[in-house]
Amino acid sequence: MTVTIPARPPWIAPLVRMILLRVAGMVAILLIISMLVFGLLYLAPGDLVKNLIGNRPASPEVIAAIRAQYHLDDPLSLQYWRWLTRALIGDFGQSIRMQAPVIDVIASRTGVTLALCALAFALAVVVAVPLGVLSAVRPDGWLDRSVTAVSLVGLSAPSFAIGLLLLYAFAYYLPIFPVYGGGVGPIDTLYHLVLPSIALALGLGAILMRLTRTTVLRELDADYILFARARGMRESRVNRLALRNAAIPITTSAGLVLTYLIGGTILVETIFALPGLGTLLDSSVLYKDIGVVQALTLMVALLIAVITLVVDLSYLLLDPRVRAKELGR
Amino acid sequence: MTNLSLLGGRAAAAGRRIPGSLVVSFVLIALCLVAIALTPFVSAGATAQNILDGLLPPGSPGHILGTDELGRDILLLTIAGTGSALVGPACIALGSMLIGILFGSLGAYHRGPLDFVIGRATDLLLALPVMLLAIVVAGIFGSGYWITVLLLVFLFSPSDVRIVRAGVLEQAPRPYVEAAQMLSLSRWRIMFRHILPNVLPLIITNLLLNIAIALVTLSSLSFLGLGVAPGAADWGRQISDGRSIMLDNPAAVIVPAILIIAVACSINLIGDWLGKVISQRSDR
Repeated sequence: MTVTIPARPPWIAPLVRMILLRVAGMVAILLIISMLVFGLLYLAPGDLVKNLIGNRPASPEVIAAIRAQYHLDDPLSLQYWRWLTRALIGDFGQSIRMQAPVIDVIASRTGVTLALCALAFALAVVVAVPLGVLSAVRPDGWLDRSVTAVSLVGLSAPSFAIGLLLLYAFAYYLPIFPVYGGGVGPIDTLYHLVLPSIALALGLGAILMRLTRTTVLRELDADYILFARARGMRESRVNRLALRNAAIPITTSAGLVLTYLIGGTILVETIFALPGLGTLLDSSVLYKDIGVVQALTLMVALLIAVITLVVDLSYLLLDPRVRAKELGR
Repeated sequence: MTNLSLLGGRAAAAGRRIPGSLVVSFVLIALCLVAIALTPFVSAGATAQNILDGLLPPGSPGHILGTDELGRDILLLTIAGTGSALVGPACIALGSMLIGILFGSLGAYHRGPLDFVIGRATDLLLALPVMLLAIVVAGIFGSGYWITVLLLVFLFSPSDVRIVRAGVLEQAPRPYVEAAQMLSLSRWRIMFRHILPNVLPLIITNLLLNIAIALVTLSSLSFLGLGVAPGAADWGRQISDGRSIMLDNPAAVIVPAILIIAVACSINLIGDWLGKVISQRSDR
């Protein structure tokens, strides 16, 4: 008697097909975004050459040099192709404001933003997830009600308003933390990032907390929990059972809320005058330093596309129920 | 519908009693509406500069909340800013919802290529955060208050399209739609007279939540210097301008900041409550 073991699980083929489809869709969207981003240069009001010259003197030689450097006399499609192939290897041209390569300008600002976002994300996860679980275990209890109230503020309030109130309370009124700037050296930088990361983490934490609470509540409402309770399982073990099932959606959606950080970091960096990518975008936009704006927008689009894809796939790989539903058809 | 949840009784009782936070929210929104009605009377005083007196701290005679460095009264300025804090966001939520209703129900009801195109267009617009798109577009193409409002109507609409589409898709296979189709009523009539009223609860709650998000986005933009002209009465702008005088007159920053937070919270609370009330009514 022989038992035939399938060489590989039957869901592999549809999974591969789905991944390919998703990646193709992602590339298509990124291509369209890159066309729009390229178009910014042409759609921006004012004379194109003047925008590219910035505040250099506009002598005929400089104008001729700019036209040659940017190949402005070539057809648009060729210009786009040239711009895209360069952008793919990280060459976004010169920043007219800084008189330096765009990629260098961005590289010099990335550290602060990464540190701020990482700190805010860690803070939000460490505080919000346990609070979400605790308030789901005892819905309508005092903890649940107060946490829900705080998360309402976090969900509603713009991070710049929170940031300013924190700034006034803990840097002016009680001078515990520095008022602005990025700090020098790792310890000093961390010290400078405490208030900004709290301001950024509040909104993120509120979303995470609500998400955790809803997920855990849904699991606690499931039939298997009713069954476990009916069998007389201890409440602590029942909760552990529910948590294990709730963990997957919480982890994967934590990735999705990362995109929330992008809007928030621009405002928080402005409030605390941090030399990061957010303030770079803001000042570049106001100065019409289009090369930098193009590079940043494209980077964000790529980042979000990758995060969305990874989150969707991890959901599929981690949760057999979702896999069955998505690929079983 | 029978409710087997152990919490059912308590939740239902809580739904009938109006909580205190909700009362506060309604009062705050009512006060804001009064402030908007008062705007024509205070706007002259709000923008009247008095550089001779200069910056006065809160509690100065004649200026309860003090003045800024241009001598403008903070209280009057804040009252005059209520309009730009609420009227624009209300227009954004309404406008984007109208687009959402039109394209969402068209796509969901007709399916086919139209639905595909609408779906991909929303995917594209949702691929970047609204805040980033708004900053780039408003910053590079220039901005005024109403131009920014129009831009946000456009940027807010994709999520509304998705929500309405999902709602209509859920209604489309129901028997009453089939009955209307058998009576050979026109597609527009079925969509707007039969399906739409059933999606309305979803639309109304989403409308309120969108006002709160629009308030936050719009004030964030004017905080960054995009959206309103310098010196205009606007809470976001006030916060941005007041940062340099925070030590001398903290009220210039704190009052508008707390108002933005409080109004956004109130609108969200009212939206949540309305959603619960409507869904309870439709369950019965």
